[in-house]
Amino acid sequence: MYSRAYKAAVAIPPIVWVTAFLLVPYAILFCYSFWSVSSIQTIVHHWNLQNYLELARNSLYRDVLFRSMRIAAAVTCFALLLGYPLAYYLSFHATTRKDLLYQLVIIPLWASYLVRGYAWKTILGTDGVLNGVLRFTHATDLLLAIQNSVNLHLAASHQITLVPLPFLLYSPFAVVLVLTHIYTPFVILPIYASLEHIPRNLVEASHDLGSSPWSTFRRVILPLSLPGVIAGATFAFVLTLGDFLAPLLVGGSSGIMISNIVVGLFGAAYNWPLGAAIAFFMMVIVMALLFTTERLEKRLKVS
Amino acid sequence: MTNSPARSVADVSETSNRALLSIRHVLKRFGPRPVLRGITLDVASGEFLTILGESGSGKTTLLRLIAGFERLDGGEILMDGARLDPIPAHQRQVNTVFQSYAIFPHLSVFENVAYGLRAKNAPKSEIPDRVTQALAMVKMSDFAQSAPSRLSGGQQQRVALARALVNRPRVLLLDEPLSALDANLRRQMQTELKSLQREVGITFIFVTHDQEEAMALSDRVALLRAGHLEQIAGPREIYGEPATAYAAEFIGQTNLLRADVRDGIASAGAIVWRTFGPPGKVTYSLRPECIRLVPTVDGLTSAPDVSTARFRATIRNQAFGGAMDMLELHCGNGARIRARITNPGPLHGDHEFEFHANDAVRVRETGED
Repeated sequence: MYSRAYKAAVAIPPIVWVTAFLLVPYAILFCYSFWSVSSIQTIVHHWNLQNYLELARNSLYRDVLFRSMRIAAAVTCFALLLGYPLAYYLSFHATTRKDLLYQLVIIPLWASYLVRGYAWKTILGTDGVLNGVLRFTHATDLLLAIQNSVNLHLAASHQITLVPLPFLLYSPFAVVLVLTHIYTPFVILPIYASLEHIPRNLVEASHDLGSSPWSTFRRVILPLSLPGVIAGATFAFVLTLGDFLAPLLVGGSSGIMISNIVVGLFGAAYNWPLGAAIAFFMMVIVMALLFTTERLEKRLKVS
Repeated sequence: MTNSPARSVADVSETSNRALLSIRHVLKRFGPRPVLRGITLDVASGEFLTILGESGSGKTTLLRLIAGFERLDGGEILMDGARLDPIPAHQRQVNTVFQSYAIFPHLSVFENVAYGLRAKNAPKSEIPDRVTQALAMVKMSDFAQSAPSRLSGGQQQRVALARALVNRPRVLLLDEPLSALDANLRRQMQTELKSLQREVGITFIFVTHDQEEAMALSDRVALLRAGHLEQIAGPREIYGEPATAYAAEFIGQTNLLRADVRDGIASAGAIVWRTFGPPGKVTYSLRPECIRLVPTVDGLTSAPDVSTARFRATIRNQAFGGAMDMLELHCGNGARIRARITNPGPLHGDHEFEFHANDAVRVRETGED
């Protein structure tokens, strides 16, 4: 049995830490979201709901929020499509290469986010690596021809010769691509963990009872790995939704996400109250999401 | 390889025309390590065959080859005369009861049992009846809608049995299914398993390391040792006439007497008896219960008849065992003999013991590998 003093000594530091560095700042932020900014750019401690009403009224915020969610959903889908097969291969079929492949999944996590963002910039840019390759192989002509045939009114404005693809960088496409690259490991790892937890004799039992490999995947492996899928999808969605670096680096004006707006409001725009309101609104969305997925995971998890 | 059990293999191939399952010269390696070194045996339809062996003997590997979870490195497996080994596991008419049951945790008991029927696209209308029947057979009807996590080990065991039997397989494979149960439940399940097998008439191939279990359940026992088939025979035969010293020692307890045979007399130290076999150095197996205490009347013993061997020994230890006591005897030149004697009462010192010469069974000394 531990003494009262020991229990207190163990419990107090984290409580102090959480209070001082989490709860108090959040509380301050929460207060800010009900204040406003005066015409001479000072913060007025006058309690009102203006910021939340602005959030509901101004279509800019709504549009950016929906775009952020679309991007987050797209990143989640692509990360799952890329991550699940890799996690499955890693867990079930990579025999001797297992450790190496696992390291290859982990290693990008050691590299700085900024480095990876800038790397994508050099790949996707107008004079970047990707366009270079595409132009060298004349694939751009084909792609642009397809695009032009879709948008006939643009046909005249484009020369069909060795032009770079302009839409690679500074677009929602670039944001989705970069974030998919960055967050796929966060999807692979929980799925891999849940696949590793499936007793292999269940797979054998399924074959033994007459299920083909595909049917075994559908009826045994996939259902038992769903908690990992949900955890991974939650990671990808929540992390993407709050991301502001990728849109900053490769998003351009059409790739702006909600966090960029928050950053802007706390920075140049100097409207902390509105920024705080958006931040709080986002936090509520994310917490509702986490709450739901956690319950879902618990229900799917079978002992 | 010189000690391969030629006699038992020859016996089996005579019956091959009515064999359901024929295992022919099966080889299996894990990397460089040979696990099965040429196993040949036949399984008759409706038979309860036990594959017995210590861990590492290859018994589970043999089972997994029949189930289709492993690929052969040599030889072949036939079912009804047709090659079984190239067929993938999910297309074989063979079902397995796994050692750790392998019940699907995300499905109810009912759905676990229905799994094989659904996989094989059995008519939808048939499924509920067949599942209910199978659950009734293993006395688990009340648990149809339960989650597997709520079942005890014994109950999961029953579900695993029902899940396999509901498919009406040609052969049911059981991989040490009782080893995780406690002793009482284990005995109860043994009885039920045996009567279940009689009831459904399906061929059972049962893997165990427990020789008592093997003896109690089987029509025949196949004893594996380090990837070789040591002997295959009915329980009484394998106990009464073990082919090798290993078989004699693995199944039940025995005394191995290494004797010199000359002129129809075998002598192992102070113990001498008549024998009919060819001369030379021969190993005999003598079961402890074949040894009797020579009855004395007023300190005198009657004269032995010619086929009885008598020897004098000192009792070193007497372990009370209820109906029978186990005695540890030292006779003369340090030879130790174990004897199982019915109700001897407390014994001390030197006594005369005897056994019938026919009870000393010639066994082959087992090979160097």
